[in-house]
Amino acid sequence: MRWRPFALAAALLVYPLLFRGAFYQDMGALVLIQATSASAWNIVGGYAGQVSVGHAVFFGAGAYLPVLFYELWQLPLFVGVPAGIAVSLAFAFIIGLPTFRLRGHYFSMATIAVAELVRLIVSNSGFLGGAIGLMGPARPRGWWDLVFRSAVPYYYIFLAVLGLVLLATWQMERSRFGYYLRAIRADERAAKSLGVPVSRYKLYAFMLSAAFTAAAGSLYIIKTGFIDPESGFGILVSVQMIIIAALGGAGTLLGPLLGAILLVPLQTATNTWFGGGATGLTYIFYGGIIMLIARFEPGGLIELWRLRIAPLLLRRRGDAHAP
Amino acid sequence: MILLQVIAAGLLLGAVYALFSSGLALIWGMMNFINFAHGEFVMAGMYVAFLAVVWLKAGPAGFTLAAACGLFILGVVIYFALIREVLRGPMLAQILSTFGLALFLRYAAFFIFSPNFVTLPQTALTGTVDLDGIYLSVPQLVAGAVALILTLALHLLLSRTQLGSRLLAVAEDREAAMLMGIRPDRMQALAWGLSAASAGIAGALIALSFPFSPEVGGSFVIIAFVVVALGGFGSVPGAMIAGLIIGLIESLSAYWFGPVYKDVVVYGLFVALLWLRPQGLLGTQ
Repeated sequence: MRWRPFALAAALLVYPLLFRGAFYQDMGALVLIQATSASAWNIVGGYAGQVSVGHAVFFGAGAYLPVLFYELWQLPLFVGVPAGIAVSLAFAFIIGLPTFRLRGHYFSMATIAVAELVRLIVSNSGFLGGAIGLMGPARPRGWWDLVFRSAVPYYYIFLAVLGLVLLATWQMERSRFGYYLRAIRADERAAKSLGVPVSRYKLYAFMLSAAFTAAAGSLYIIKTGFIDPESGFGILVSVQMIIIAALGGAGTLLGPLLGAILLVPLQTATNTWFGGGATGLTYIFYGGIIMLIARFEPGGLIELWRLRIAPLLLRRRGDAHAP
Repeated sequence: MILLQVIAAGLLLGAVYALFSSGLALIWGMMNFINFAHGEFVMAGMYVAFLAVVWLKAGPAGFTLAAACGLFILGVVIYFALIREVLRGPMLAQILSTFGLALFLRYAAFFIFSPNFVTLPQTALTGTVDLDGIYLSVPQLVAGAVALILTLALHLLLSRTQLGSRLLAVAEDREAAMLMGIRPDRMQALAWGLSAASAGIAGALIALSFPFSPEVGGSFVIIAFVVVALGGFGSVPGAMIAGLIIGLIESLSAYWFGPVYKDVVVYGLFVALLWLRPQGLLGTQ
C-alpha cells in the first residue's frame, strides 16, 4: 500500500508533460490550488473536527493583500504574500480565541458571520476596489511579476506549495499535535480530562489552517491577476473547500487532493456543457453531495473505500483462493 | 419624529426576526443542533407565499397559512430524511448536513425562480397609518403584530401545555422521556416542523412589504444566529426580546450610517458578543 502516494506524486509531476493542451494544463493548475485550500481547511475541519464554514476570509485575505500592495506601491505580487498570511493569522486569532473556549457550534457560526462581515466591508470600501475588485500588473515588468503565458510554470509552483502543505500535514499527523487534534475530534471532554490543552490546540490548528489557506489565495491572485469580493470572500469559496475535503475524506492526508482531482474536472466539464446556466445546477448538485456525505459516510470516499469496498474485494479474492 | 418612525419600523421588523429566531432557538435548545438552512427556510416561505398568490389568488391570511403548512411539512420531512441519522453522527456530519441543505435550497430556488428580486403582487394590505405623526405602512404593522403574537404563542405552547412539557422532556433527557411513554422521534420531528413553520411564516410576513430573491436566506440565517446568541441559546423568550433589539439596532444603523452598513453593524455585534458575553444577555452559563 505504500506505493500509492508515490505513484500519485509521480503522476502529478508528469501530468503537464503528458497533457500539452492549454486547457488541460490550466485545469491541472486549478486542481492544485483547490487541493491546497481544501488540504488547509482539512487541518482544522477534518483533523480537529472544528468545521469552519467561513474559510473564504483567509483565502480572500491571501488574495487581496498582494494586489493591494501592488495598487498602493507597485510592488510585485509575491511581496504581499506574507502580509496576507499575517492578516489571516490575525483573523483566525480573533475568531478562534473566544469561540474555542465554548463547545459545539459556536465556532462554525462565528466563521460564517466573520466571512460575511469581511465580504460586506470589502464590497463597500473604495480603498479595496469595492464590488469591482482589484487588478494586478496588466503587463509584466520583469520576471519578478511572475506573469507567464503558459500554465506550466504556475502548475509547478502550485505543486510545490501543495507538497509543502501535505508534508506539514503528514508531519502533524504523526506528532503529538496530530494525536491531540484527533483526540479532540473524537471526544472533547475526554481529551480535556486527560490533560490535552483543548482550546489552545484548536487555536493552533485553526491558525495553521488559516495560514495555508491564505497561501492558496495568494497563488490564485498570482495566476489570475484579478480579485473581486465574491471570488475572494464569497460563501461559495468556503463551500468549494468544504465539499472537496469532505468528498475525498475529511481528516485524511490525501482525501482533499483526491476530492479536487475528482471534482474540479467534473465542474469544468459541466460548466462547458451547460454554459452560464450551470451555476444553479452545479450548486444544487453540491448541496446534494454534501447532504449525502453527512447522512451516509461522513468519512468521504477514502473511508468508503476502506470500510466498505476494500473489505468486499478482499473477501472475494479470499474466496477465489479458497480450495 | 423621523427617529421615532425609524424606531417603530425597527421594532416591527424585529418582531419578525424574533419569530424565525425562536424557531432556531427551539432546535438548538432541544437537540443542541444549529440549523444552517434556517435562513433558507425563511426564503422558502417567501416563495411558497408567492406561489400561493400567483396560483391560488390567496389573500394575506391564505398565503401565510400556506407558507406555514408548506414549511411545517418540509421541516418534518427533513428531520426524518436527514437529521435523525445525522444527530447520532460526528459534529462534522451535523454541520455539513444543514450547510448542504442550505446550498441545495438556495440554488434550487435560484434555478426555479431565477436570481432576480420579486415582489408579491398587490395584496389587500396596503396604505399607511398615521399614528400622531408617525407613518407606518399597514403590511409592516400587521407583520409585526402577527409575528409578536405567534412568538408569544410558541412560548406559551412550550411552557404551558402538555405538548410543550413533552417537547422539553425529550430535550432534557431522551431516555427518561422514552420511559415515560413519550416518543422522542415524534417530538423532535414536531420541533423541526414548528421551527421551519416559524421561519416560513416570518418569510411570508417579510414578503408582504419587501422584495426578495433566492439569496436573502444568507443574511437571515446570520441575523438568527445573532438574535439567538444575544438572547441566550435555546431560549425562546430570550430570542423574542433579542429579536426586537436587533431589529431596532438594524433600523437605527441604517438610518445613521446608511442602509449598506446595517448588516455590518449587526454582524460586528455578533463577533463582539462572542468575545464579551457568549452566554447572551439573558442567558446564564
